[in-house]
Amino acid sequence: MAAPVSDRPGIGRGPRRARGAQRGSSVAGRLAWPVAVVAGIALAILVLPLAALVVRAPWGDLTELLARESVLQALVLSFTTATVATACCLVLGVPLAALLARAADWPTLPRRALRAAVTVPLVLPPVVGGIALLMLLGRRGPIGQLLEESFGVTVPFTTGAVVIAQVFVSLPFLTFAVEGALRSADRRTELAAATLGASRWQVFRHVTLPLVAPGVAAGAVLCFTRALGEFGATITFAGSLPGVTRTLPIASYLAMQSDPDEAIALALLLLAVSVIVLLGLRDRWLPEVRA
Amino acid sequence: MTGRFAGSAAVAALAALVLAGCASAGAGGTTPSAVPTEADTEPTTLTVFAAASLTEAFDELAEQFEAEHPSVEVTLSYGGSAALAQQVVEGAPVDVFASAAEPPMQTVVDAGLASDPGVFATNTLELVVPAGNPAGVTGLDDLADDGLRIALCDASVPCGAASVKLLEQEGLVAAPDTLESDVKAVLTKVSLGEVDAALVYRTDVIAAGDEVEGIEVPGAASVVNRYPIAALTEAGDPDAAAEFVAFVTGDAGRAVLAEAGFGKP
Amino acid sequence: MTDAAGASSAADPSSAATATRPALHADVVVARGETRIAAAFDVAPGHPLAVIGPNGAGKSSVLAAIAGLVPLESGRVAIGARSVDRMPPERRRIGVLFQDYVLFPHLTVRDNVAFAARMRGSRAAARAAAEPWLDRYGLLALADRFPAQLSGGQAQRAALARALAAEPDVLLLDEPMSALDVEVRADMRAELATHVREFGGATVLVTHSPADAAALADSVLVLERGRVTQRGTLEELRASPATPYVERMLAASGE
Repeated sequence: MAAPVSDRPGIGRGPRRARGAQRGSSVAGRLAWPVAVVAGIALAILVLPLAALVVRAPWGDLTELLARESVLQALVLSFTTATVATACCLVLGVPLAALLARAADWPTLPRRALRAAVTVPLVLPPVVGGIALLMLLGRRGPIGQLLEESFGVTVPFTTGAVVIAQVFVSLPFLTFAVEGALRSADRRTELAAATLGASRWQVFRHVTLPLVAPGVAAGAVLCFTRALGEFGATITFAGSLPGVTRTLPIASYLAMQSDPDEAIALALLLLAVSVIVLLGLRDRWLPEVRA
Repeated sequence: MTGRFAGSAAVAALAALVLAGCASAGAGGTTPSAVPTEADTEPTTLTVFAAASLTEAFDELAEQFEAEHPSVEVTLSYGGSAALAQQVVEGAPVDVFASAAEPPMQTVVDAGLASDPGVFATNTLELVVPAGNPAGVTGLDDLADDGLRIALCDASVPCGAASVKLLEQEGLVAAPDTLESDVKAVLTKVSLGEVDAALVYRTDVIAAGDEVEGIEVPGAASVVNRYPIAALTEAGDPDAAAEFVAFVTGDAGRAVLAEAGFGKP
Repeated sequence: MTDAAGASSAADPSSAATATRPALHADVVVARGETRIAAAFDVAPGHPLAVIGPNGAGKSSVLAAIAGLVPLESGRVAIGARSVDRMPPERRRIGVLFQDYVLFPHLTVRDNVAFAARMRGSRAAARAAAEPWLDRYGLLALADRFPAQLSGGQAQRAALARALAAEPDVLLLDEPMSALDVEVRADMRAELATHVREFGGATVLVTHSPADAAALADSVLVLERGRVTQRGTLEELRASPATPYVERMLAASGE
């Protein structure tokens, strides 16, 4: 923590020596040129399409396009649902992340099963996720039927369904980000808190949560942008009705068929929002990028 | 990671990229064949884009066509006509385009990619409900019922444009819960029981068989979708494309289309 | 502890304080990996015990077991008449000074010291209760700093103040000097000794340095490879070392 260990010969230097330059390889810090070239190609693959989008956008008509009701409706709907979905993910994901972190002590099979369950929405094609949600919460699904019979509530085709679809696909993002932060937090701070009289809940509230707050923030941002961009599960499960379930991605897909300029304007909007949100994320909040 | 390992990894990645490039360049069916005659011994792939409502009919027609032309393999891609038209305009390698209405075909013609579309079938709308008609729907008026779950095609696709016309004609304002981007998506929601009623094509009702029930709409006969088909000017094998179009518009095609419920052009 | 006891302990640390403090009785068997560590000892208030041994002997494990941070395989831990080995750490009233202090990085020095009180009451009340401790440990000027901004000596003071502000019955110190620069050790050792005397309760410190033991403790327990090999004052150990390790250790330190 605070104690300077610079005077200790050898101890502080150990790790660096192990990681250091091996004979015959590139000088530490410079990339071997084949690596740099391929990395450049990879970067181009990611950046060029977006650059093309920006270049070919109908800049002259942009204000008119963005003022259209269909566009504004989609924008407001997407923002609202993504925000609500992120809030839900926070409430659900932090405890789940705590469970995942604790599961490190479990036996292999339950631990892997838990991890797999949380990872599935990440690897599943979103449309498949939408179909699965429909099977469960649709009118003929077990829970859907229950809801309809007991409360007269149907889920598909409502804005709530949009939120549910978004939560389904983005919960893993937040959960893993928080889990990463939890794992790298020093367990001994929790032990220290216990010796000072903190109960388990107090430890969570006063020590664990504040220490993982940056990780939680990063996870929330990832969750938000993922929810904003969700398409397949939404259109399959929630449908597509302007102002109710037609989010920005769905609106741009439809616009592509009839009015490509509107589609490009919508795409630009989504791109701008994502870039702004991600730029606001300080890179020390992302555990993978930690300095 | 040492420089040595990084170097070989990079070379492997580059090699993979080059191979992938070669593979995709070789597999496309768009390189024009130099042999103009029908007696082609080289297998040709014919790519056909067709409106979603043509799914069952064209599947059948493609099989028959392949049986008669063993050297040709027909690849079918279905979707909303407007979406397909956009893809053609953006450069998709397509040989034949069949649309559920004339505006999407016009888009392709305007882009200079089709020259002489001919209408080969017509279609009208029909009201459809899940098997058993759980909501007790009786007619078009029920589409204005807020309490029912209704699915319609979005106005930007032919099925939707027709629905709008039909509803206007009958003086109804529908209360849809979703506006889908192609008619099969609407049909799926009906067959899954997620909606109580929807407007789809006659042909879709027939194709869905026992999963749904159709209710005829009196005014539907006056709202007709005309289906044009055209061989595209940039087709990989223009002769095979023309032959397919001829097949569809000929006797064999008409028989299959009639059985599917399409009307005569 | 009542106000009266607190006041009198400031005036006359050792005797008045010890009169009201319980003794520690530890008889622990702790599993560590494949091996077992067994130690049994009593510690009277005002007479700190130093547990000395080579690296890997199991000293820190014994402390952790007493504090409840690690499960006991068997045995018992009692503070006075209270048997605590079945209690979770937060109920044992055992204070711990960790090897590298483990101050809460997201809290100021003041809030660190006030932590135990905060667990029992409001933030304002806790901060008020922390003031005298900050004063006594010379931390007032540093009260609004964060642990990352403290020097080694300052961090040790803060960590000790934090542990003792919780008013525990027993204090455990895990290699308290090891995180400090060599230059400041002598001074800090003396300071620590004063605070420990003021505390007056049963204290166990783990160290591998006989100098620490001499300054801070009355008696020494030698732990080698999980077993107690000798117990007594440093003089007794010097007079008749029970094992080669004890002999070497005392000779090397020149004590």
